[in-house]
This record gives sequence, structure tokens and C-alpha cells, in this order.
Amino acid sequence: MASTEEIRSGLADIVNEVAGIPADEVQLDKSFIDDLDVDSLSMVEVVVAAEETFGVKIPDDEVKNLKTVGDAVAFIESNQAA
Amino acid sequence: MGILEGKRILVAGVTLDTSIGFATARVAQEEGATVLISNFGRALNITKRIASRLPQTPPVLELDVTDDEHLAGLADQVKEHVDGLDGVVHSIAYGNPKTILGGKFLEGPWPDVAQAVQVSAYSLASLTNACMPLMQPGGSIVGMTFDASVAWPGYDWMGFAKGALESCNRYLARDLGPRGIRCNLVSAGALNTLAAKAIPGFEMFEEEWLKRAPLGWDLDDLEPTARSVVGLLSDFFPKTTGEIVHVDGGYHAMGA
Ligand SMILES: NC(=O)c1ccc[n+]([C@@H]2O[C@H](COP(=O)([O-])OP(=O)(O)OC[C@H]3O[C@@H](n4cnc5c(N)ncnc54)[C@H](O)[C@@H]3O)[C@@H](O)[C@H]2O)c1
Repeated sequence: MASTEEIRSGLADIVNEVAGIPADEVQLDKSFIDDLDVDSLSMVEVVVAAEETFGVKIPDDEVKNLKTVGDAVAFIESNQAA
Repeated sequence: MGILEGKRILVAGVTLDTSIGFATARVAQEEGATVLISNFGRALNITKRIASRLPQTPPVLELDVTDDEHLAGLADQVKEHVDGLDGVVHSIAYGNPKTILGGKFLEGPWPDVAQAVQVSAYSLASLTNACMPLMQPGGSIVGMTFDASVAWPGYDWMGFAKGALESCNRYLARDLGPRGIRCNLVSAGALNTLAAKAIPGFEMFEEEWLKRAPLGWDLDDLEPTARSVVGLLSDFFPKTTGEIVHVDGGYHAMGA
């Protein structure tokens, strides 16, 4: 299982690839929409890529609760296959 | 042996694994078809990732149905993978949710209405035309509608575009018939897809559909719709064209 920091950095790489945001700006307290300018279509792509990378299912209804990078990391961490 | 064994099918309009087009591509593969999928713009990147969730990862083509160059180059793009097409699925619609959906029907501005009609209705004809050089007698075109014979809350100018799509379907049936090619629509019940969730007030359909449809309805189950599209692509509806097949649990036939 990946650690919190491994998940954060994996997610940062995805956000960088999808939305062109420098990976080191993708920190736990950052909001996807307000701080990182990730729009809804990019967010959909981030979610799909994160599902592939981390082997989790992120349901549509959950996505709107993932406001910050930390929210997403916490969700992935608690839903990873053991 | 599946009912699409040996058939080559293009499914246009796949974004997520919740897209009707995705479920259709999956069932088509399960029934033996070779499938190609397409999408446009930035959503194309999502499609490329999602493609690997199908039983066989299909080629992903870029097709914006409002782009004449894309349409003109489509046949060549397809030929890089298969030498012809036996079926085309049109699973494409767009209407600006801020301006022409959600209860502002009377104020809907023409440029946005025009865009909805171009992307959602005219494109059935332009996509068909772009695919004609690849098709032979026995071929089948299937599009997706949402019952345009009545007015729906919130659906507004998208409903108008669906009315145009349903008419387009009849004219295509007329002009493709002599070539032995069929054109039909599936009129699906409400389904929880990306496009549907963008419709303001879409949630209200859920309760209505569950109450009224005699066969019952599950907004998260794309299988009944996908199987019916595949049925129309197959050789099992050989004399059906210009038709609208309702796949809605029977909702449309009930008065209340
Ligand atoms: N979801 C429902 O409740 C429902 C019910 C009946 C019919 N439909 C119809 O089914 C079809 C598929 O929709 P869906 O619900 O699967 O949603 P969806 O959002 O998954 O699919 C719509 C597709 O259209 C594509 N698209 C939009 N503009 C385009 C353009 N210019 N060029 C090429 N592609 C473009 C989108 O990228 C997307 O892949 C649509 O015609 C829709 O109106 C949906």
C-alpha cells in the first residue's frame, strides 16, 4: 500500500500531466478549483487517471466532496485495496 | 457466436465508462464486433484512458462533428484500422446548460440553440455522410434520442434538438434505404451519465421514471439501452428503418 506522501506525489504527477500545473504546487491544503485552476473536465480526467494509478474506484457522487488535494489523497488512502 | 460477429462498428461519443456509447461498445465487443470509438476536444484524453476498460482496447479516433476537416478525414482514419464499417452509433449531444437548458426556454439565444442543433441533430446526417464511403448494403446507423414528442422540465432547447434529430432519422431512412442501409434511433429512459447530470433539475426524472415505468427502471444500468442499440446494429431488424425504439421501461406508453 502506498503512503500518504506517495499518493500525494503520484496525484501531483497526474495533475501535472492533465492540467499542466507544476507538481510541487499540488500540496494537501490546495483546492483543485480555487488554487490549482483545475476545471470540471480536467477533474474528470484526473479522477479517471487516479483510478488507474491507485486501483481505486472513485464514484461520481464522491468527486464533488474532493475539494482539496488532501481530500483526494485521504479518499484514495482509505479505499486502496489492502 | 454473437449477433455482431464479423461486424465493424464505429461508436462516436464515448467519454466515461458511464457513457451510453461505452456500454454499447462493450456489448458490441461481447457480441463479436470489432469496435472503434471516437470523441472530441479535451474529452478525447479521457476517452483514451477509458478505452482500456473495454474488454478489448479499441482504437480511439478524434472526431468533432462540428469540424468539417475531421468529417472529411474520418473515412481515412477508420481505414487505418478496418477496411469498412457495418454500423455507426451516434451517441452525441450538447446544449449549453447555462443558456438553453433549465427553464429559460423563452430567452434561449439563437447561437447556442444553433450549436445544440448542429452537434446533436445535424451531425447525425453529417456523420452518416462521412461514413458512407465505408458502408455497404446491410449497414446500420443508430442514434440516441430522448422522447421529443412531449415537452420535459428543464430539457428545453435540447428537446427541440432531439425533435430535429428524430426528423433527421426519418429523412436518412428515406435516402439510405435504396442503398440497403438502415437508420434508427433508440429513445432511452433517463440515465445517470455526464451529459444528463449537466441538465439542471435532472434528478426529478429519477422518481418519475421509477414510478411510471411498468418494467421498472434503473438510471445507473446502461445495459438495456446498449443491448437494444446492438440489436438494431445486428441483422435481426432487417426491415426496420426510420424507427424510434423506446428503451425506457415502458414509460412512454403510460398516461400517468
Ligand atoms: N443520459 C440520458 O438520460 C439519455 C437519455 C436518452 C438519450 N440520451 C442521449 O444519449 C447520447 C449519449 O449521451 P450520454 O448520456 O451517454 O452522455 P455522454 O456525455 O457520456 O455522451 C455524450 C458525448 O457527446 C460527445 N460530444 C459532445 N459534443 C461533441 C462534438 N462536437 N463532437 C463529437 N462529440 C461530441 C461528448 O464528448 C460525449 O462523449 C446523447 O445523444 C444523449 O442525448 C441520453
